[in-house]
Amino acid sequence: MAAATAGGRKGSWLTVALLAPTSAWFLILLVMPLAVVVIFSFGARAPMGGYAAAFTFEQYANLPSRFAAFKNTMTFAPLGTLLCLLIAYPLAYYLAVKVSPRWKLLLLVLVIVPFWTSLLIRTYAWIFILGGRGIPALLELIGIEGVRLINTPGAVMLGIVYGYLPLMVFPIFVSLEKLDKGLLEVSSDLGGTPLRTFLQVTLPLSMPGMATGCMLVFILLMGEFLIPAFLGGGKIFFIGNALVDLFLQSRNWPFGSAVAVTLVVIMLITVSLYMRLTMGKSTGRDESLM
Amino acid sequence: MSKNYKDNLPITAVKFMEEFRRYRKGSVTRRHFLGVTGLGTAMAVLGAAVPGLAPRAAHAYGELGDRLVFSTWPNYHNPVNLEEFTETTGVNIQVNAFGSNEEMLAKLQAGGAGWDVFVPTNYTITTYVELGLIQELDLSLIPNFDAASQNPVFAGPATVNGKVYAVPKNWGTTGFVVNTKQITSGPKSWKDFFDVTMGAGSGHTIVHDYQLTTIGAAMCAFGFSFNSIVPEELDKAEKLLIDAKPHLFAITSDYQPGMRSGDAWMSICWTGDGKQLNTDLPEMEYVVASDGGELWSDFYAIPSDAPHLTAAYAFINYMQDPYIQARDFAVHGYPTSDSRVDAMLPADTINDPILYPAKELMDGLEFGAAKTLTDPGRAEVMARFKSA
Repeated sequence: MAAATAGGRKGSWLTVALLAPTSAWFLILLVMPLAVVVIFSFGARAPMGGYAAAFTFEQYANLPSRFAAFKNTMTFAPLGTLLCLLIAYPLAYYLAVKVSPRWKLLLLVLVIVPFWTSLLIRTYAWIFILGGRGIPALLELIGIEGVRLINTPGAVMLGIVYGYLPLMVFPIFVSLEKLDKGLLEVSSDLGGTPLRTFLQVTLPLSMPGMATGCMLVFILLMGEFLIPAFLGGGKIFFIGNALVDLFLQSRNWPFGSAVAVTLVVIMLITVSLYMRLTMGKSTGRDESLM
Repeated sequence: MSKNYKDNLPITAVKFMEEFRRYRKGSVTRRHFLGVTGLGTAMAVLGAAVPGLAPRAAHAYGELGDRLVFSTWPNYHNPVNLEEFTETTGVNIQVNAFGSNEEMLAKLQAGGAGWDVFVPTNYTITTYVELGLIQELDLSLIPNFDAASQNPVFAGPATVNGKVYAVPKNWGTTGFVVNTKQITSGPKSWKDFFDVTMGAGSGHTIVHDYQLTTIGAAMCAFGFSFNSIVPEELDKAEKLLIDAKPHLFAITSDYQPGMRSGDAWMSICWTGDGKQLNTDLPEMEYVVASDGGELWSDFYAIPSDAPHLTAAYAFINYMQDPYIQARDFAVHGYPTSDSRVDAMLPADTINDPILYPAKELMDGLEFGAAKTLTDPGRAEVMARFKSA
């Protein structure tokens, strides 16, 4: 937030007035709920579930019992982000650079269209595609038997890439679209091969888009619970699933809060490390979309 | 509300079902059936939409408002009933479907759920009462409920400290369903269930994402109580479940898709789902385990802070009508505890071994217990099993 510096009394009054709604928004919708979660995380579970006031570190001491869930999330989230990036980049590149303007809009709309249906329904559809009567039945026709797709880590990864791909495509598309085509000519005039032009001109210039896309996908993936529950058959357990369980099934709100706080801390650390790494590389140019 | 609101009807609900059965058996002609039931007239007056079946006039209920928030279970209602209620009263029903009693309790505990009517299971009611989350019912506002026609075994849990907090919906058992084409060894007990899971049926079994039934099944396999919260027994159950986990197809309470697609061969299962699967696919056999399991009954109840109280009572009263209950049954296949409804059902339904298991099997079943719902040990075992 760039605070207004000068401007005298009238200006500062105006600044306060203009900032008030934003500040109130931050305070009521972000800071206060987070404070409640932090306070709850030091409490105890009431006998019938819920929260009972206390001050104890018991909940944090119990964190290792959810190690598998943390491990799953910390494996699938970065891997899913990477896969999304690898698949989205060629697609975005094609859309931004190769395709004729006539088709561009239509193809872009096709990328957005799935968003018009709830992720829940689209994921449910995958259950039938990957289930025994779906692809495995087709494979049996050509003699490949006993293939199991649904409720495997692969199915979860497929669901993740399918669900999150558009979030990666768009930021990359935007940064490639803005790319000055003249630079590519310059590179080739100076004797750069297409590969070298791509690696030294296109790729670095699309870094902000990639960084934004990765951030969007990664942050949302850290809280994902629907895809593993549906396509992993409840056997592949993310930290999001642990949270849903703790709040809605065992009603252990304090432990749920402790898990949530830990997740937020892990996310803050990873994201700030990541920002330092990627933003540092774009050498001070504040072209980031974040 | 007038007690004799049915007086001016051409035919009562019971009579209608009798005529319907006669017609199906061929003892009366179609013409007679349509005439005597009033359906012929109804069809003639297209658009007046079956007045004989929808006798309730909006004015009979007084001012109900236009909204009702109803929380229930999936595949548990005949949509025609809900639509008809809206048509006759002008009250739109917002339906929320839940997967477990824990989840319902969590929403009400958090406060501000805004529900008017919900469907708790027998063993949760004392907890709701203790926490002050549901209100005592004024039975004079539910004239369709007839305590005398209820089976006290299933209706009993609604009464806490002499006060009635709920009226019965349906009851059933928790057993398991087996695809007999794939599993030929004929498992009969929970012990068999887990043996097959870790043996011939490896990779093809579903257990519920629900601590009561999944841990309960493991408990029964050891010969412990379905409701056990004894720490040593919980340890054993947890170990069994974690050992079985790599052999499971899924941990989900939505097991019909997996069973139907042929991916899963065996699943923990409730009566109605067992009936629905068996009707469509005869190789699906519903088993009430010989070493125990659950007997349950569901109820209609009103949360303490229900915003549309009049509509809530009108809705519960409507759903207690035996004919409406019979129409629900035709869709979901869960028996009721109301003898007036049984009287309307065809004889082959009453003798259905899936819906009404043999007495010696029923004797081994237990009602869920309030302590099982709230015990932190059970919750934690389930959570560890799932995150293992």
